[in-house]
Amino acid sequence: MAMISSQRRTAFVASYVIALTCSGLLLDQAQARDKFIVMASTTSTEQSGLFAYLLPAFKQASGIDVRVVVLGTGQALDTGRRGDADVVFVHDTAAEEKFVADGFSKKRLPVMYNDFVLVGPASDPAQAAGRNIAAALSKIARSGAAFVSRGDKSGTHAAELRFWKVAGVDLASAKSAGYKDCGCGMGPSLNMGSASNAYVLTDRGTWLNFKNRGELKVLVEGDRTLLNPYGVMVVDAAKHPHVKSALAQTFADWVTSPAGQKVIASYRIGGEQVFFPGAAK
Amino acid sequence: MNAQPLGAAEALVSLIDASVHFGRVPALQEVTLTLRRGDCLVLLGSNGSGKTSLLRVLNGLLPCSSGSIGFGADPASAAPHRAGPLAAMVFQKPFLLRFSVRWNILLGLWLRGVPKAQRRDRCDAALRRVGLLDLAERSATALSGGQQQRLAIARAWALRPDVLFLDEPTASLDPSAKREVEGLIATIAAEGVTVVMSTHNLGQAKRLATRVAYLEAGRLVVDLPVDRFFNDVLPDQATQFLRGELAWP
Amino acid sequence: MSTVADSLGMAITLVMQADGALLQVVGLSLHVSGMACLVGSVVGLCLGAWLAVSRFPGHGVAVWLLNTLLALPSVVVGLLVYLLLSRAGPLGSWGILFTPTAMVIAQSVLVVPLIAALSRRLVMSALQDGGDQLRSLGASPMQAAFLLLLHERMGVLTILLTAFGRAIAEVGAVMIVGGNIDGVTRVMTTTIALETSKGDLPLALALGALLLAVVGAVNLLIGALQSRGGPRTEALA
Repeated sequence: MAMISSQRRTAFVASYVIALTCSGLLLDQAQARDKFIVMASTTSTEQSGLFAYLLPAFKQASGIDVRVVVLGTGQALDTGRRGDADVVFVHDTAAEEKFVADGFSKKRLPVMYNDFVLVGPASDPAQAAGRNIAAALSKIARSGAAFVSRGDKSGTHAAELRFWKVAGVDLASAKSAGYKDCGCGMGPSLNMGSASNAYVLTDRGTWLNFKNRGELKVLVEGDRTLLNPYGVMVVDAAKHPHVKSALAQTFADWVTSPAGQKVIASYRIGGEQVFFPGAAK
Repeated sequence: MNAQPLGAAEALVSLIDASVHFGRVPALQEVTLTLRRGDCLVLLGSNGSGKTSLLRVLNGLLPCSSGSIGFGADPASAAPHRAGPLAAMVFQKPFLLRFSVRWNILLGLWLRGVPKAQRRDRCDAALRRVGLLDLAERSATALSGGQQQRLAIARAWALRPDVLFLDEPTASLDPSAKREVEGLIATIAAEGVTVVMSTHNLGQAKRLATRVAYLEAGRLVVDLPVDRFFNDVLPDQATQFLRGELAWP
Repeated sequence: MSTVADSLGMAITLVMQADGALLQVVGLSLHVSGMACLVGSVVGLCLGAWLAVSRFPGHGVAVWLLNTLLALPSVVVGLLVYLLLSRAGPLGSWGILFTPTAMVIAQSVLVVPLIAALSRRLVMSALQDGGDQLRSLGASPMQAAFLLLLHERMGVLTILLTAFGRAIAEVGAVMIVGGNIDGVTRVMTTTIALETSKGDLPLALALGALLLAVVGAVNLLIGALQSRGGPRTEALA
């Protein structure tokens, strides 16, 4: 049937647009053919910028792409349990050991550690500054100063809860007046802390990259209990047969090898070393 | 319905005591009417008298709430619309799709299942008869009111219907367009197509009709051949209507 | 407000530098949301047309359900699709979680109710003008619905643009099913979320301005198409 020519023009442009859109699909398929594994890891590790430094080195060594899905530690482990990731790289030793005990991975390999720091307003109303995290936290609780907690089942949150316990503060019974639980990631917690001049427990890597500091600065660091160990676990193919075990094991082996450990140690933010090699020798 | 006079034309649509209600509002009340082949039936009546409802019932577009409708001589054969006479309808405001003039007619032919080989020729023939062939490629919505109505008629004509229904086809047109459209309707009727048309315009009724029906408040009050309608003594309501309207030929 | 001014300046700089990573992110956003609208329009237009002309017991419930689904939060859609596509879920064997395909599926689910509800209303309103005429020409109810969609094609285009805007601006669904993987499933909205959480607010705002600019460019293109119809194309309601 004859249509007027402006409609022909419209039909032509429309089919052109559709073709362009579909060509993206072909690109997607092409990408899928490269060797890759899916790794579930945490927001704090990603935001420290380590992956942008470490993974290209791995790709060069092995030709394998690592696709990082960034979640909280709890979610990352759940992703591993569901079989949606091939390898899990988090920093909550207790939860990782349970993961192995439940049979989702054969073994936990220690990789590295970084440290937590307590940041707070420069004016330090609770006088928390020093080298002892437990003492700092109990002063904060007593003074009712504002404190932002991640509250999101992350490795950082788990560490925070351990420190409160050591400080002798029972959060369940009496939350200190200024305690704010945001259920969010490290970045948003720092944003909230900066906006409300609160104390926040954070990992050093995220802090060094964080740009919206306001009046916050590092108040407590150097306490040995603030060290934060990372472990890598390959998801067990016995539980999830489709998992790319061989490729995932290559990653686990490389990151704990002298070569991988060297790359980790050489990562700097503003000249400072953020991660320290911790693999078993 | 029994003793038909010899030579009487075939009955196309028979209505017996047909009523239509929209909720509690009666649009048609117990109308009995037989449409015969070759009729040029004009429906007269004021607004709200039921002309449009009657047209739509005869066309099969509107179901009766009560009473019966039959297609063909036997009123008991309430066959579905498609099995009845082929009908086409032209409305007061023609609805044309936003495509070319030609495409609008081809669409009508396609919907009716006319074979592809015949469509182009029938379309062009219809356009030629209404004088729109040289505008065939133009967008239908760019035509003037009179041209659009002629296109609607061409679309209906191309289908070669048994019955052509028209609902106040010239009511929105200027005088010259009115004349053109009337001329087309007369030509169509002369070709043997049965025509049912509603109008306000008495002059039009006089010129075109073979038979005139007058409706009032949903009731069919008068149903007579045209010469008798305009010359005999009619019930009061009809007479008043005629007198009131006669000022506009 | 200096953050806003900084951001606008940054947005312009970003565009001029045309950084490869940024182009990739913009391209992926357009691809994912464009495909979702294509898929969504096929399903949504058919569904809307059918609901406009069909009559069956429970029709009212279907329409109510459709209108309620308009308010489906994108995070919820993302979660549902994630549970479907997860290895532990029914469609896990497809293995498409954390890929752009999963994102297209999630956004399609998001826009289908929108397209269906709006096209249903479009067809119903057009039926008031032309429903009788089309019926008298012998069109079945579905034929009439599709002819009216063709007739009101500019209205349909507006519906698709609305759906595209909803898709390209959402972040909840693509974040969950895509995983925001750098270089693979990172789109403009997830990048904005990421930069915000990193505290880089000027960059986040700049990307937001860029997103608006991209959608604005798409709208301009459609507008140009409309006017190219010229004096032949009648006044588009």
